[in-house]
Amino acid sequence: MTSKLSETDLHAYVDGALDEAHRREVEAHLAADPVDAERVRAWQEQRARMRALFNPVLEEAVPDRLRAAVPPRRRFPYALAASFLVTGVAVGWLAKSYVPAEPRVAATASLSKRAAVAHVVYSPEVRHPVEVGADQQEHLVNWLSKRLGQQLKAPTLAKEGFDLVGGRLLPGESGPVAQFMYQDARGQRLTLYVSRSSANRDTAFRFSQEDRVSVFYWVDGKLGYALSSELPKERLLAVATAVYQQLNP
Amino acid sequence: MDRDAVASHIPRLRRYARALVGDRYQADDLVQDTLERALNKLHLWRPGSDMRAWLFAVMHNVFVNQLRGKRPDTMALVDDDAIAAPVGTVDRLEIRDLQAALMEIPAEQRAVVLLVGLEEMSYAEAAKALGVPIGTVMSRLARGRERLRHLMAGTQTAPSLKVVK
Repeated sequence: MTSKLSETDLHAYVDGALDEAHRREVEAHLAADPVDAERVRAWQEQRARMRALFNPVLEEAVPDRLRAAVPPRRRFPYALAASFLVTGVAVGWLAKSYVPAEPRVAATASLSKRAAVAHVVYSPEVRHPVEVGADQQEHLVNWLSKRLGQQLKAPTLAKEGFDLVGGRLLPGESGPVAQFMYQDARGQRLTLYVSRSSANRDTAFRFSQEDRVSVFYWVDGKLGYALSSELPKERLLAVATAVYQQLNP
Repeated sequence: MDRDAVASHIPRLRRYARALVGDRYQADDLVQDTLERALNKLHLWRPGSDMRAWLFAVMHNVFVNQLRGKRPDTMALVDDDAIAAPVGTVDRLEIRDLQAALMEIPAEQRAVVLLVGLEEMSYAEAAKALGVPIGTVMSRLARGRERLRHLMAGTQTAPSLKVVK
């Protein structure tokens, strides 16, 4: 090892924590030092294996006992309910309001849930929001298309104020899923989650609120799409409409 | 709202716990204890600060307390193979599995390797979560990765993973 470089530099290189100049320095060193090059390669492989081994945990359904450990605060207005309950008419009305407005197709409902979880997990990432960046857009789209077995498109959302950050491959319920990430000038992110649909039946736009994340989702032929963000619903709808129009010219 | 924020971190806490503890149910126990403790102490969390870092720090404290209270043999079991051949006596060359190798290195090194490599924390964030100086994070990372490398060496029989970049 040359005197300029430390062990710490090699680890920082593996973890993507070096600036451009330092990175080049380490690369030059590794090209000349096969022993260090082998160590660095082994550490990189550890990282990759670790992620391949444990990232699927992110996609598992959270066990009930863990959900129950963080009960959402009750938002039901008891006092108001009590005043309604004195009249029989109100009882009937209240009971009706508990019936879900629209019975949802289970498969597409889980699409929105999964998309929201993937959004929550990856959109706050500062250093590694995506696996492949927008600078390699063609490679990104080809790679994800190949893995999903369907030709995908990454919509252009510049008119809506969003630029492509990049994308990643995720494990879905029954196979690979693609996630494209976009960002506006203020750093607000949205993700487009694309999975193969077994239903193979088009659906209308649906909306789902998953905690703080708003999701518009729909099925179009063999692919299911879900657009997630913490944007206001109206603004997200405008973006979702643009996505839909670009995918169905 | 803060509770919702805590809940949104559950998948990441589970991923880290699974890798740290090895066993699925023990890992979820750790997550559950962490969530309960975090909710009890939610008033200590400063709104606007990094909730992920805070939750991982809470989990680390719970984990360390559990390690202290535990008989040493209860950490060793990873899976059925490990029962058949106690981990300590397995020929180093026989360890194919990264998960098994992870359980072979000291827990304090494992925690750093995972926070940095899996959770993708910066060294400073990992230091904060573990409550140690950044120099300690670097030395544990270096020792942990080297131990893993030696444990994994010579085990290229399985097709090597393609690094997706």
